[in-house]
Amino acid sequence: MCLGIPGRIVEILPEREPDPESGEAPLEDGAAFPLRRGVVDFGGVRKEVCLSCVSDARPGDYVVVHVGFAISKIDADEAAKVFELLAAMDELGELEAPEGT
Amino acid sequence: MRYLDEYRDPAAAAKLLAAIRGAVTRPWTLMEVCGGQTHSLLRFGIDRMLPPEVRLVHGPGCPVCVTPIEVIDRALEIAARPEVTFVSFGDMLRVPGTRGDLQRVKAAGGDVRMVYSPLDAVQLARALPSRQVVFFAVGFETTAPANAMAVHAAAREGLESFSVLVSHVLVPPAMEAILAAPDNQVQAFLAAGHVCTVTGLEEYGPIAARHRVPIVVTGFEPLDLLQGIWMALRQLEEGRAEVENQYARSVRPEGNREALRILREVFEVGDRSWRGMGSIPASGLHLREAYRRFDADLRFPAGETRGEAAASPCRSGEVLRGVLRPDQCAEFGVRCTPESPLGATMVSTEGTCAAYYRYRRAETAAVVAGAAHGAQGAPGGGQR
Ligand code: SF4
Repeated sequence: MCLGIPGRIVEILPEREPDPESGEAPLEDGAAFPLRRGVVDFGGVRKEVCLSCVSDARPGDYVVVHVGFAISKIDADEAAKVFELLAAMDELGELEAPEGT
Repeated sequence: MRYLDEYRDPAAAAKLLAAIRGAVTRPWTLMEVCGGQTHSLLRFGIDRMLPPEVRLVHGPGCPVCVTPIEVIDRALEIAARPEVTFVSFGDMLRVPGTRGDLQRVKAAGGDVRMVYSPLDAVQLARALPSRQVVFFAVGFETTAPANAMAVHAAAREGLESFSVLVSHVLVPPAMEAILAAPDNQVQAFLAAGHVCTVTGLEEYGPIAARHRVPIVVTGFEPLDLLQGIWMALRQLEEGRAEVENQYARSVRPEGNREALRILREVFEVGDRSWRGMGSIPASGLHLREAYRRFDADLRFPAGETRGEAAASPCRSGEVLRGVLRPDQCAEFGVRCTPESPLGATMVSTEGTCAAYYRYRRAETAAVVAGAAHGAQGAPGGGQR
């Protein structure tokens, strides 16, 4: 149950419509903790996800989703760093490699 | 898929492994805190690719596994009530209590249902107004904001038929308890990336300083784990004990402020008991006064006799503290399998026993068979 997986936001959904049967009121705008929802694509599988805690996330952004709830927006610059490190390791390796190998 | 495939690239993994080999001069013991990390390490065979000096022990980071048996028994009791629809994450359904599991309550006619998200449980409460809908709110800091949001939504809508049975635990106090144990072997931690995504790094600095252990917040993919291990080893070799963040694409130093705000609105810190570790002060979350009317533990009277726990051969407590490897348990793969688990660490997909069963059973069998023929075990395998 405890996994978090990355997915791409494809759509932000409007605030909930009033339920036609119960007549229950929609959740008010400007509430302390609004329930913000969206559709997230996980490699082809789409799910509705709560986006309340990633309020700056927009369609196209990647988020980490855990139990139907986005816990972070993935930072693309930070994500690239491990690959920059690997590239730096390569350059270092070439400098250290003896001549002619 | 983006942010998954590129972190599984074998050529990049080989480079990090070479860096790890280059960095190590002495034996070191590292603990990965989170069950999701344990699962990845075994699934991709990372534990076996490491140089022999590096030993990984598996931490307590599986909420399904650490939920104590008293809480499971309370869940069984509440779920069996005729007016209750009991809602849970799937993994919890097969965790054995003193007498059976939630699946058995369901088979006996109880209304027990599985959901993917706590918000689905709130939806169910809306749809079934004549039922008492009880959600089993387990989890670490990662899950707490979602569970808090569910309680908050119910409160805002006046959904009084909804309640939660809370068993929320916090990671840093468990790390301290492991370090303080007299038989502790852990010299560095790979901290749980998704827990820290919510909480940030603040709490980890004092632990690193007090116990002189490096703490590297680490992600879950092979490259994340290898980089995290490399960072931890460099600290150990250089005599540093700092908090470093390998998983910065998701973890900000201050955590997720919005998630912390809803978490703190609904929950407050208090003592919790853990399977295998007993009660740890300030190691869990409880509903705040303003939300206590949603506490299922208060709403439903406790049964009179809880019964003596039958003596169980399960040693999951030792597995959770990292002092016993699953394949050292006599029941492993014999009477205890994921199909008929004796303990929580075999039930949960992130449980250490389940991970060993899934990815190491054939090898353990080979080692046993090899030993029977007077041969050595598989090279480098089966020893961690
Ligand atoms: S193998 Fe089964 S019985 Fe042994 S510790 Fe793990 S869960 Fe318990």
